Amino acid sequence: MVTNATAFGRSGLHDWVWQRISAVIIAAYVFCLLGIFVLHPHLDFAAWRAIYATLGMKLFSVLCLFSLFVHAWIGIWTVTTDYLKNVSVRVGIQSVVIVGSLLYLVWGIDILWSV
Amino acid sequence: MSLRTSRPVNLNLLSMRFPLTAIVSILHRASGVLLFLAIPLLLWVLQTSLQGEEQFLGITDHLDHLVWKLVIWLVLSALLYHLVAGIRHLLMDMHIGESKQGGRCGAQAVLAISGLLMILCGAWLW
Repeated sequence: MVTNATAFGRSGLHDWVWQRISAVIIAAYVFCLLGIFVLHPHLDFAAWRAIYATLGMKLFSVLCLFSLFVHAWIGIWTVTTDYLKNVSVRVGIQSVVIVGSLLYLVWGIDILWSV
Repeated sequence: MSLRTSRPVNLNLLSMRFPLTAIVSILHRASGVLLFLAIPLLLWVLQTSLQGEEQFLGITDHLDHLVWKLVIWLVLSALLYHLVAGIRHLLMDMHIGESKQGGRCGAQAVLAISGLLMILCGAWLW
């Protein structure tokens, strides 16, 4: 069995399932934001902040950020594994992407909990 | 051996064309990479817009600027394309549109629907 240290999951099937679960969560979040913009065409600061002040929106946002972390890891891993044949370049870029995605997740949590 | 050496070689790469399904697939990948690169921009916009009234208005002022508008439109277009192409993937996981003809129809639908959404998004921004 082919394994790769920088892949997200333990197997291709594992990645496949996580990629789809995270995709559905991110899509739901995008539709939620779209709904907010459609329902409030002239959204002002107070209303915008009030939306993000609710615990429900914070939890949904963190769930979306975590899904983004997983989805980006799997997606960029797949693309770089296909196109970058030099092992050091590929593993280097994959490592930067994994660490970067994790930083985005922590940054996002900090943004949400400062509201 | 003589068969190997006399094998015809096609050196004209322009004579080869990607099928529509391959174009839709590579655009799905390209839009995904672009969206990954856009994450810090989107997080910065979220952070600034939530900081205070003044910062919120600053972000909306930014959106009046042509270059910013184009950048935001590009990112939202990539998101819309990635979303539509992703839904096609999920449908194919459910064995919908898996045949050769079904794949072609699905690819055409992805380009048509996402193209329409990109135009609508542009109309909304401008």
